[in-house]
Amino acid sequence: MNTKTLMYIVKRILLAIVTVWVVITVTFFVMHAVPGGPFTGEKAVTESVKAAMEAKYGLDKPLGIQYLTYLKDIVFGFDFGPSLKQRGRNVNDIIFDGMKTSAKLGVIAAIIALISGVILGSIAALRRNKFIDRIIMIITTAFVSMPSFIMGSLLLIFFAINLKWFPANGASKNGLVLPVLTLSLYPMAYITRLTRSSMLEVLGQDYIRTAKAKGVSGMKIIFGHALKNSLIPVITYFGPMLAGIVTGSLVVEQIFAVPGIGRAFVNSITGRDYPLVMGTTIVLATLIVVMNLVGDIMYKVVDPRITLE
Amino acid sequence: MDISKLNAQVNMDDFIPATDEEKEYMVQMRPSSTFFKDSVKRLLKNKVATVCFFIIVLITLAAIFVPMFWPYSYDQMLGMTPGKPVDNSFNDLKPFEYGRSEIRRMEAGETVVPHIFGTDSQGRDYFIRVVYGTRISLAVGFFASIIVLIIGMTIGSVAGYAGGKVDLIIMRIVDIIYSLPDMLMVILLSSVLKVVMEGALDGTVLAKIGSNIISLFIVFGVLYWVSMARLIRGQILSLREQEYVLASQAAGANGKWIILKHLIPNCFSVIIISTALQIPSAIFTESYLSFLGLGVNAPMPSLGSLASDALNGISSYPYRLVIPALVISLIVLSLNLFGDGLRDAFDPKLEK
Repeated sequence: MNTKTLMYIVKRILLAIVTVWVVITVTFFVMHAVPGGPFTGEKAVTESVKAAMEAKYGLDKPLGIQYLTYLKDIVFGFDFGPSLKQRGRNVNDIIFDGMKTSAKLGVIAAIIALISGVILGSIAALRRNKFIDRIIMIITTAFVSMPSFIMGSLLLIFFAINLKWFPANGASKNGLVLPVLTLSLYPMAYITRLTRSSMLEVLGQDYIRTAKAKGVSGMKIIFGHALKNSLIPVITYFGPMLAGIVTGSLVVEQIFAVPGIGRAFVNSITGRDYPLVMGTTIVLATLIVVMNLVGDIMYKVVDPRITLE
Repeated sequence: MDISKLNAQVNMDDFIPATDEEKEYMVQMRPSSTFFKDSVKRLLKNKVATVCFFIIVLITLAAIFVPMFWPYSYDQMLGMTPGKPVDNSFNDLKPFEYGRSEIRRMEAGETVVPHIFGTDSQGRDYFIRVVYGTRISLAVGFFASIIVLIIGMTIGSVAGYAGGKVDLIIMRIVDIIYSLPDMLMVILLSSVLKVVMEGALDGTVLAKIGSNIISLFIVFGVLYWVSMARLIRGQILSLREQEYVLASQAAGANGKWIILKHLIPNCFSVIIISTALQIPSAIFTESYLSFLGLGVNAPMPSLGSLASDALNGISSYPYRLVIPALVISLIVLSLNLFGDGLRDAFDPKLEK
């Protein structure tokens, strides 16, 4: 690793920190710009009760002070404060509880998408323009242009209602099968197409021809030479894939009633639970920013041929 | 000495200068072809893109014109007649079924337009709701892309042409917005803007469009211009070193003139391609938000909100989900394929 790469990494980390700060700031001020505040719309409360509530949650202080306190709590204590609607629970606990389910969902979906995508893509590239390649390309094109909520709903109709193979409720036994499938299909299709095109490009390179001329067996060419190099574009997709899985999980958890962080986020928005909205937004956003960062850095480190800007 | 005898094999008549008529015969005049014409020709050769283009045109025309002559409207509850009790026989009709009063009218010899997709749980004709939802989704996609185009083009060309500090500052802002997780920000901003706009819009013309769609446009304008700006800046950075820009500067043209007359027209292909690819992503985002309940205001339908409403009765009426789902997928797929075709046709260098 040379100084140029190091400079690039430092620059990217700085940008990521600034981005997370922008997210926190935007989220804070946007949520405080909502007219009425968090306590309107509920049962009518008297002025004194409202004042007491606002004092309890620190809402009576000037906005600038509130902002600084909030920022300080997050940075030094990773503390998002109490939830307004779920009495006695901290936003941290709710996020942590949801994260356990969502992380399992996301990680399994990502692994399935990666493995099956690379395998299908390699098959399609090796059997280029044959029947199996055509089939794979048609199916992946359909999957790529189908929004995740539609994919989820269709899987729900087919596997949960018509065939009754898996439960429709994500909280029950085997309930995570359909949500995982829904989340993994889009990235799988994307990775398949990515692997296919980059594999085709690599197979046309001189060093592959050299290997063939030396008499290296087909399998060895694929696994020893071609696959490693054709996976570089897949690495660039690492960040966007995880970001897509996070946003996809918002609707997927809604469809299958999975008790995860995505569902907590959507419910907090419709239920106007402001600290929870801010907390989940910041946590999910940080997650996406970090994933993108890791993806970018990996990409630059893996392939020394890539020139840095 | 007689020359013709020495060159017996050559017919000297062949070497007489050609007359004007003969010259005319030799010259083949072709109508001059512009870049645009060439590209359209290349596009028409691409069968997939052409078919997709016709599908889009067909869907668009249907979405515009069908609601004009269809006897039902998207928010009309068919069982409700003023002054009479609600007729529940109109609710949840299967395709090609009729309500009680309609059956009576048909027995009397009148023709009743069938409910091709049945009705929804509130007795509204589902076919017209799907058509209307398509109209909303297409309109949102189209106008959102135009907004993105205008903002991105302006900022990108200014950054590219001005260079220096202006460029540096703009590109840092672009970098930050670009690395924001867009969907989360879209959800957050549109859910808050919706509440803010509701009060502000009352009584204005915009109230008719609905606070949700307006806030969606604003969010698009704020977040999605960055990739367009980056693209155009990159193009302009290389274009502004061309001789014709120097010539124009020497002739005393100002920056605005050079950007509008020389630089932007030369970015034409990039602009057209990325706008075409922006439309399906805007439609995608709108349907995603509508599905989460943050899209268009009820009772106005959009394809996403129709799909989301259908989830409630999914075991009895699965087709209510399948129909809008198919329409969204068809629109997004054909727009994407058409966009790819446009890219190949308008930018042959970029071929992947």
